[in-house]
Amino acid sequence: MSKHTPLHAAHERAGASFTDFAGYDMPVRYESDLVEHHAVRESAGMFDLSHMAEISIVGPGAADFLDYALSNRLSVLENHQAKYSLLLSAEGGVIDDLIVYRLSSERYLIVANAANRDAAVTALGQRTEGFDVVVSDESDDWALIAVQGPHSRAIISAAGIDLSEDFDELRYYRMTTGTFNGEQVLIARTGYTGEDGYEVYVSDANAQALWDELDATGANHGMRLCGLACRDTLRLEAGMPLYGHELSLDWTPHQAGLGRAVVAKESFVGMPALEPGPADAPILVGLVGEGKRAPRAGYSVRSTAGDTIGEVTSGALSPTLGYPIAMAYIDPQHADVDTELIVDVRGSDVRVRVQPLPFYQRKKAAS
Amino acid sequence: MSAVPDTLLYTKDHEWIAIDGDIATVGITQHAAEALGDVVFVALPNVGDSISQGAIVGEVESTKSVGEIFAPVAGEVIEANNDVVSAPDTVNADPYGAGWLIKVRFTQQPDALDAAAYKALIGE
Repeated sequence: MSKHTPLHAAHERAGASFTDFAGYDMPVRYESDLVEHHAVRESAGMFDLSHMAEISIVGPGAADFLDYALSNRLSVLENHQAKYSLLLSAEGGVIDDLIVYRLSSERYLIVANAANRDAAVTALGQRTEGFDVVVSDESDDWALIAVQGPHSRAIISAAGIDLSEDFDELRYYRMTTGTFNGEQVLIARTGYTGEDGYEVYVSDANAQALWDELDATGANHGMRLCGLACRDTLRLEAGMPLYGHELSLDWTPHQAGLGRAVVAKESFVGMPALEPGPADAPILVGLVGEGKRAPRAGYSVRSTAGDTIGEVTSGALSPTLGYPIAMAYIDPQHADVDTELIVDVRGSDVRVRVQPLPFYQRKKAAS
Repeated sequence: MSAVPDTLLYTKDHEWIAIDGDIATVGITQHAAEALGDVVFVALPNVGDSISQGAIVGEVESTKSVGEIFAPVAGEVIEANNDVVSAPDTVNADPYGAGWLIKVRFTQQPDALDAAAYKALIGE
């Protein structure tokens, strides 16, 4: 029996199709994943991400603990600042990728992938020895609603949330607070779509009311309700890794192109990830093709000479760009930009070439 | 609830068949189209191809996944719907009409389900 988020009934009313994701019955699309994808690029889209894991880190030792337990330096965060980080195994493989928010000097909130909730809570719990800190799985207390796209700011501003004064100046990877229905909500300028956008953390009890308010406000701004199908094509265009595809215990951060997320410190779990590793270890690249047939996860990549040199981890016909895009781990000898390669798409050869990530980058507004 | 017209025959691979004499028109069901999501690519066999029942003769691909087209009847492909190749979303918009895929002159009556049996198969 799949778990339901507090917004499940709202999704049913809106006519969503559902899929099981990390044990939750989640909307895969409402009507059309292409329409939803384009809405996020052109106006706005709203996602229920309440399945994601929220883990609180509380105590005087919180900052030092995070520096030890995670891959980069979290003790430098200011209040209401966020940072992308990795939870590494002792060997330097990736247990999960996550975002850390500093709420106050002794209180941090980690947002982890739903599928890795137990692994993340367990690993963090095992690393507390010697730190005055408490790790708590608060996933079932929080709902998470993301509003993404160029109109997201206008929608959040007009949805009946009593916003803090700093909302208008809120920068990327920062958060602020607001009051909705008499209760505090956290509003972060973060996302997983390659667009400007916000993620709002709200109690389960108030999630439905906030969703309805945002839905009604968004209707005036071309906003669509969005499922996980378009979330995947949006993040792929933005070159963002997905755990289980581009990230796993088997790949080091360096191989995944995330070496910048591992920082030399006195001591932390996963120190081997500081080393670049063998020069011939496969690395993650972007691939683009012509036509309409997309390389997909698991398809093998060959050199033009016919040698198998790697494997696709994610791929789709890009809705925004109109041509096939993919990410793949390949032999670094063939990873130079513009190298011509071949992907075996169900028995037929499709020509691709290596391209830097991301495939899509939004035009930054002047302000 | 997806539509399952009573006038058509169906396969366990979620295809529909309309029989007219010895010609079978073939498409995918609305249930299949909805499960795939927005169709963005369709590959069809060539006119004149001889196909055997159960063989993979084409693909229907969405942004999320790939569905294979299995020949529901044995025979010769006499027409392929090039309109869906150039506008794949027709498969979603009108799966039982303009979204048909191929016409086959069949040599043997297909072994297919009626609408009631297909509805039971998809739980509707």
